[in-house]
Amino acid sequence: MADDLVLEMRDIRKEFPGVVANDKVSFDVRRGEVHALLGENGAGKSTLMNILYGLYRPDGGEIRLNGKPVTFSSAREAIQAGIGMVHQHFMLIPVMTVAENIVLGTEPRKGILLDERVADRRVADMAKTFRFEVDPEALVQDISVGQQQRVEIMKVLYRNADILILDEPTAVLTPQEASDLFEILRTLRREGLSIIFISHKLNEVLEIADRITVLRRGKTIETVPHAGATEASLARAMVGRDVLLRVDKGAPEIGDVLLEVEDLHVLDDRGIEKVRGVSFEVRAGEIVGIAGVDGNGQTELIDALTGLQKIESGSVNIAGHRLSHTSAREALDAGIGHIPEDRQRRGLVLEFTIAENIALHDYAKPPDARWGWLFPARMVGRARRLIEDFDVRGGGPSTRAGALSGGNQQKLVAAREVDRDPKVLIAAQPTRGLDVGAIEYLHRRLVSERDEGRAILLVSLELEEILSLSDRIFVLFEGTFVGEHTGDVSEEQIGLEMLGGKKEAAA
Amino acid sequence: MSDPGPSPSPEQSAEAGTLAARLALKQRAGGIVVPVVTVLFAFLMSGIIIAATQHSVRTALVVFKEIFQGAGLNWVFHPTTSLLDISAYNLSQTLLQTTPLILTGLAVAFAFRCGMFNIGGNGQYLVGLIVANWLGVDLAGLNPFLHILLCISAGTLAASAYAGIAGILKATVGAHEVISTIMLNWIAYWTASWLIGAGGPLQVSNNPTNPVSNQVSSGARLPDFWGVQGFQGLHVGLFVALAAVVVFWALLNRTTLGYEVRAVGFNPDAAAYGGISVKKNYFRAMAISGAFAGLAGTLDMLGGAQNYQIGQLDIPFIQVGFIGIAVALLGRNTAIGTLLGAVLFGALSYGSFHGLGSSAVIDPTLANNLTYIIQGLIVLFIGADVLILYVWNSRKKLRRPPGKTARRAEAAAS
Ligand SMILES: Nc1ncnc2c1ncn2[C@@H]1O[C@H](COP(=O)(O)OP(=O)(O)O)[C@@H](O)[C@H]1O
Ligand SMILES: [Mg+2]
Repeated sequence: MADDLVLEMRDIRKEFPGVVANDKVSFDVRRGEVHALLGENGAGKSTLMNILYGLYRPDGGEIRLNGKPVTFSSAREAIQAGIGMVHQHFMLIPVMTVAENIVLGTEPRKGILLDERVADRRVADMAKTFRFEVDPEALVQDISVGQQQRVEIMKVLYRNADILILDEPTAVLTPQEASDLFEILRTLRREGLSIIFISHKLNEVLEIADRITVLRRGKTIETVPHAGATEASLARAMVGRDVLLRVDKGAPEIGDVLLEVEDLHVLDDRGIEKVRGVSFEVRAGEIVGIAGVDGNGQTELIDALTGLQKIESGSVNIAGHRLSHTSAREALDAGIGHIPEDRQRRGLVLEFTIAENIALHDYAKPPDARWGWLFPARMVGRARRLIEDFDVRGGGPSTRAGALSGGNQQKLVAAREVDRDPKVLIAAQPTRGLDVGAIEYLHRRLVSERDEGRAILLVSLELEEILSLSDRIFVLFEGTFVGEHTGDVSEEQIGLEMLGGKKEAAA
Repeated sequence: MSDPGPSPSPEQSAEAGTLAARLALKQRAGGIVVPVVTVLFAFLMSGIIIAATQHSVRTALVVFKEIFQGAGLNWVFHPTTSLLDISAYNLSQTLLQTTPLILTGLAVAFAFRCGMFNIGGNGQYLVGLIVANWLGVDLAGLNPFLHILLCISAGTLAASAYAGIAGILKATVGAHEVISTIMLNWIAYWTASWLIGAGGPLQVSNNPTNPVSNQVSSGARLPDFWGVQGFQGLHVGLFVALAAVVVFWALLNRTTLGYEVRAVGFNPDAAAYGGISVKKNYFRAMAISGAFAGLAGTLDMLGGAQNYQIGQLDIPFIQVGFIGIAVALLGRNTAIGTLLGAVLFGALSYGSFHGLGSSAVIDPTLANNLTYIIQGLIVLFIGADVLILYVWNSRKKLRRPPGKTARRAEAAAS
């Protein structure tokens, strides 16, 4: 069995100022297997792979490749040894073609010029063998994110890698693109490649991996074969305690209508109609979910409900107040709480402290301010309480928000929005990029806010999230609702409607 | 083969994105190390230039000593209020130069904090200057205290409104403030030239061909508190500028207005989401920025200058708005940093002009240009301070624990 091992990492240690990112981490990879590295954000997965790829020098431990000890002091050396890595952020040159990007650095030459024909042919051959479905002559800036990722993978294969490292490859993909990627990985596995697949998503790991190594806080917890592993067992290893994967919620106690939307039409920045006649209401004490594939009008709908965007026609009523769509301030004052889909771009001022971010909506009102004069000490007091209540880790009231991890940033946003005691809470992609522990927390919180009598509108691309939380579900497709369901609808039904399937089925 | 020298350190190449982000943070946070290193570098480079052109390292050292003494900074070794003491006199002149630079620096810094680049300091300064001159001449005979207050407020408000034009243009039609403030500079300049040009409304009454304004009435002159009244003494405008530093700090950090300005400056999307009107803040911050620059103009008019003449206080001579940009950048757009930056630039311009101009160390015309060279180098290094920070950080990294392992790895490899 041991001669099957292409790679062994033993007792790897790496320290950064103040953190031990890898503490005696060990794992190994067999020929032709997909080996998943599973762990929460900050567990040390990327660090371990950067060490393997020659980007970091380990402080201790040993790496053996095909049985022989190796040390890499640069990525170039790792590549020569047959290791390839696709990073979380792509490193392609947008203005060059797919083929040019792939051969860059190892170009076939005709004199001093790039031999375009040879390059294109080799790339096309490779695309066919592995069924990549990308046009070698297309410019990288014109192709989708999923295709760009394939280009990154082809780049690695072009350099004859035997070991392919993928760092959170699905984070940037739509569900459809992710399943295409898995198809490609299966093909590569058949060809005898070894793949290290990094993720913090349980279902993905169970879908694709042959063996799974779980990291927690820089330590190896266990390596388990696919057979016998369950979401619950992996989650426990990852977080260190039992995790409730299913949301525990009772029947809703429904009250008055708090959000009422009538025949809403919204244009996007380029004047294209993105929301085309949507009507619905959300009552106190219920969670209404909006499912849909990204780009079907979710962003414009949310922006219109929160006063951030002008509407074309229709109306939005919040607890009886009709929005005039002049500013976010009006919606905030009418009782909207909004967890925005992009916390870094919009939800937080990353350069502000936690305390200043907590005050983002109410900085001008007592107790934060009076007659235009700020009282920073009072902001700090409130921040301290919310940090405690919402279990925000990684800093105190005067820590810069940008220094927090993604999960804690999201908790910070949620804390602020809930603490304002809104009548209507709009949560857009509230758990995007979070790990299981933080997701569990946010889901529990949304349910408890519902039980407090708030009207909650949940907009998410994660079908599972919508299904497990919502009391009622709408499916948004090309700017209109194509389906309305109670919470117990099947995943297949909604999945079909998300792709516009219902209309065709009816026709 | 395994020489890691020429390639960037591993941590940096792997984390390029986050490193840049961290640099940006540090830069905004206003650390003290980099500005100091920036200035030292600029002096070092100019020292090399002098040593090379004068073929003597000694000359370079003497030049710096002359600048230091010319600026009166040696006063701190034997403080005295007597202006018979040359160092005391020099210091008073340095502070006189510093006063408007503090204010134009604050002007640029305030706009920066709201995410805007106000290049219109010169124009706004001119508006303050002209309005103060007009009222300072026309309202002669008023109670001096009232008169001064009126001239200062009116000049400041006018400049504020003037800069506000650029703010409105940005908020409504999206015109970039860099373009509009530059154009406003020229409009202010030509309007001022017409006002005091032959036959112009503000031109001196006793000599219709002389393109110069009237002198402000003696009642409107700012009292000098150090030096001989009327002979370029140090006027109380310095205290007004120092008060403005405190106002700047409080406005930015202790008011809801400042909170909005900072939020918009850091992240306009998040500010809008928070319920802040981004457009209103663009206008308001620009107007406040202009007020600081205009205040500088009024103080200069009522203090040192007292009249305005084409060719003397001409655009090429009125550089305070532009130097304010360097002052603010060096000071990291903070109140205290801007103050220190203004002192540095004030000392540099008076010290090199006076200290070198009157000594025989180097050619006086060269002395003047030397000021520009050093200023230019500082600006250059401010632009490059991200680079300096980068070098500084990697140096720290190389000295840290990995040093040991790196050596071990090399030993193992060989
Ligand atoms: N270049 C670095 N400098 C300092 N700390 C780092 C660096 N890279 C990672 N870390 C820290 O090491 C830990 C592990 O990070 P990482 O390997 O990126 O985790 P993962 O990929 O599992 O999310 C985290 O606490 C992170 O903050
Ligand atoms: Mg990672």
